[in-house]
Amino acid sequence: MPNYVSENPARALAWNRRDFLRDAARLTLGSALSGTSLFARSGVLQKDRKVVVITFGGGARDQETFAPEGQENIPNLMREMIPQASFFAQVVNRGILGHYVATASLATGVYETINNFASLPPQSPTVFEYFRKDLRRPSSDAWVVAPSNGFNRIGESSHRAYGMGQGARVILPKHLLTAATKGTPDYEHLLRDNYETPFFAPEVTGNEFALEQLRTLLKLSVDDFKTHALTLSSPDELSVYIVRQLMRQAAPSLLWITMHDIDIAHAGAYSLYIDGIRRTDRLCLDVWKTIQSEPEYANKTTLFILPDFGRDSDQDSAGNGFQHHRTGDVASRTTWMMAMGPGIREGVIYDRPMDSTDLVPTIGSIMGFSAAYSQGKPIAEIL
Amino acid sequence: MLPRELKAEQFNGYPPQARKLVVEHLAILQLLPLSFLPSMLREMIEFDYKFPVERRALEKEIANLASLSESQRTEWLGAFERIQLSAALEHFDWVNQPAQYVEQLSSHLWTTHQQDAFRKAATDYGERLLAAVPLEQPAMPRLGITIVGQGVAATDHPLFRKLRPQGVFYTNVNPEGGLRALLDFAANRAKSKPLPYAHWYIDGGRAAAADPSLTRISYEELEPARNALLAKMQKQSDTPGNGPENLRTVMAALRPSDLAIDANSDPVLARFQLKLLSEGSGTQIFSTTFAQWAARETLRRAQPLTLVVRFAPRQRQRPMSEMISVAKQTLEADPAGSLVDGDMGAYYNWLNQQRLTGAAQGSFIAWFEEHGTAIAIGPAVPRGTTSTSSASLKQILDWSV
Repeated sequence: MPNYVSENPARALAWNRRDFLRDAARLTLGSALSGTSLFARSGVLQKDRKVVVITFGGGARDQETFAPEGQENIPNLMREMIPQASFFAQVVNRGILGHYVATASLATGVYETINNFASLPPQSPTVFEYFRKDLRRPSSDAWVVAPSNGFNRIGESSHRAYGMGQGARVILPKHLLTAATKGTPDYEHLLRDNYETPFFAPEVTGNEFALEQLRTLLKLSVDDFKTHALTLSSPDELSVYIVRQLMRQAAPSLLWITMHDIDIAHAGAYSLYIDGIRRTDRLCLDVWKTIQSEPEYANKTTLFILPDFGRDSDQDSAGNGFQHHRTGDVASRTTWMMAMGPGIREGVIYDRPMDSTDLVPTIGSIMGFSAAYSQGKPIAEIL
Repeated sequence: MLPRELKAEQFNGYPPQARKLVVEHLAILQLLPLSFLPSMLREMIEFDYKFPVERRALEKEIANLASLSESQRTEWLGAFERIQLSAALEHFDWVNQPAQYVEQLSSHLWTTHQQDAFRKAATDYGERLLAAVPLEQPAMPRLGITIVGQGVAATDHPLFRKLRPQGVFYTNVNPEGGLRALLDFAANRAKSKPLPYAHWYIDGGRAAAADPSLTRISYEELEPARNALLAKMQKQSDTPGNGPENLRTVMAALRPSDLAIDANSDPVLARFQLKLLSEGSGTQIFSTTFAQWAARETLRRAQPLTLVVRFAPRQRQRPMSEMISVAKQTLEADPAGSLVDGDMGAYYNWLNQQRLTGAAQGSFIAWFEEHGTAIAIGPAVPRGTTSTSSASLKQILDWSV
């Protein structure tokens, strides 16, 4: 076999990922396109389509996920989901590797340069703004469920052609819980914030608004919410609980969920990082099952799962392995994406390089809006 | 300010040996690009607190730069010259705050998409330097020892899985007196090559009694410093208007005495301990993270001949807000999770040891404390094999080192 590592490390990483998946999940290599459109394959009209995006929070490396020794950590992705999905093995993030700014880049299709640790809106229009403006959808039709208070501005950009009032509604489950419980210690385990800078979590004001969201939108009494929250073990479980409630009560057409538990890796405890991966794997399947079981979503929803980026490899001496994503090396930049739903080819893996900015124009093509300012290109293998 | 405008008196705030080093080499520093020089000053300002091997490496690097002709300098540093900097960076007080400048530079590189160009420039420079100024060879073959699993009665975790292809996996080790045997072996090496900061014992919990010939640090001994640091970080974050950048600036300005670390007897070690806590992520709250990061930094900086690292149970995960507060009660431990942390830590310790000179001659032992499982790696040890024969740790050391 040629020395792919020295020739093109990103491609080598993707090809390893491809080979692992072909062996373990029995995927076939996708190359030629069928020529039929997503509509022809799915029979779902653009106006009826829904899209759910999950960012596989905090980034995980292949050796803890898709490599043979890592597959035990993602049994649900491996056995239940990937065989039903189109899997893209080489998604490259060429932007800043901070969680907020990278998620903002995913949501705009532009490599954003905003301060990762400041409470700022993205500079370019978000997928939610394109969706709502082009398709004239109400604010209740686009939602973000975000893990950290720092994500409270991600729903809409500062772009002058879009912006204020034209984006997604953002729900911060931890903020809801704080408002409902008034900081009772019993719920502290669900309120962990930003693992990169644990001392600094932007304060989000408006407890009254949060409680109103609970009552009128999610149709949850404060007592029921508090009671159920006590049965959960992590912030991402809380997010998925809110997502299920949101899907049942509001059924938005465009729903974006950002997971974050894996980012405990920044604290350096490998076992907790692995726990985070296993939990995220389970929660992804949970969301997929909800999509299949909810009448508003079943048979018309495309689910995308992708990390915002990876983590540093063990081989780069400038980093400290799994702990951070600071070196900008190939492992921290080269990630993956899976797509599943009606009309999406099942059990197929693609190893050509693509950018993480390709997600937004792809969603635009699925739902029928134009991502005019995006730097990415629609992914032909999906459409 | 640009490097060519540098004057000797601007370095009056530097510690004495660092100031002397800078002033002696001011002429060459004035010729270096602004995207490069502060990284070098970040090392030079710490010269008084560096380990001997670091000092020698820095002196050789400066001498090498001074020896380059103009055309060679362009060849070596041209890629740094081409990095576009902002006016804010040029006006930053990079003479007195080089570490903070490098943080700002990093942010600037990410924002302006010059990270890859800078990374390549730095890699190319490092390779040229390595070719021109070879690293020191160790005075004796290195030995790394990692002890994991303290407090774990039994486990089904597949220990040392990443290390097994490199050496012999022992499944029938007699654990009796194992810790003492390992520490005594390390101490004997220290006595046979008594070089400063060459033989270390790092404990992630309470350190066992060990010969003073070993440089020793432990998580427990640093508890007052950890608590002082957490209190300072909390206070800083409670101050309105402060953010992560301000916190880093405050952390960079800390001295050992600020955290009640005794700097009188050994200022170099005191500074090293301070940096483990103030620069390491998670070292303040998880003992396993502390042990791994301390080992990593010891290997990278002190380049020891002998390094014993013993992992101890860390606290169970709690809400981050609780973990970063000064604990008022006894914390519940997570021995099983800590074993997994330590297992990965053992792999990282070996990996980091392999990055040092003389890697092919070095040896590495990892042991599941008080249990019969160990791995031995070294030039005299067959790779990817398993031994079920009964053996003591002393025997394994004798066979492997």
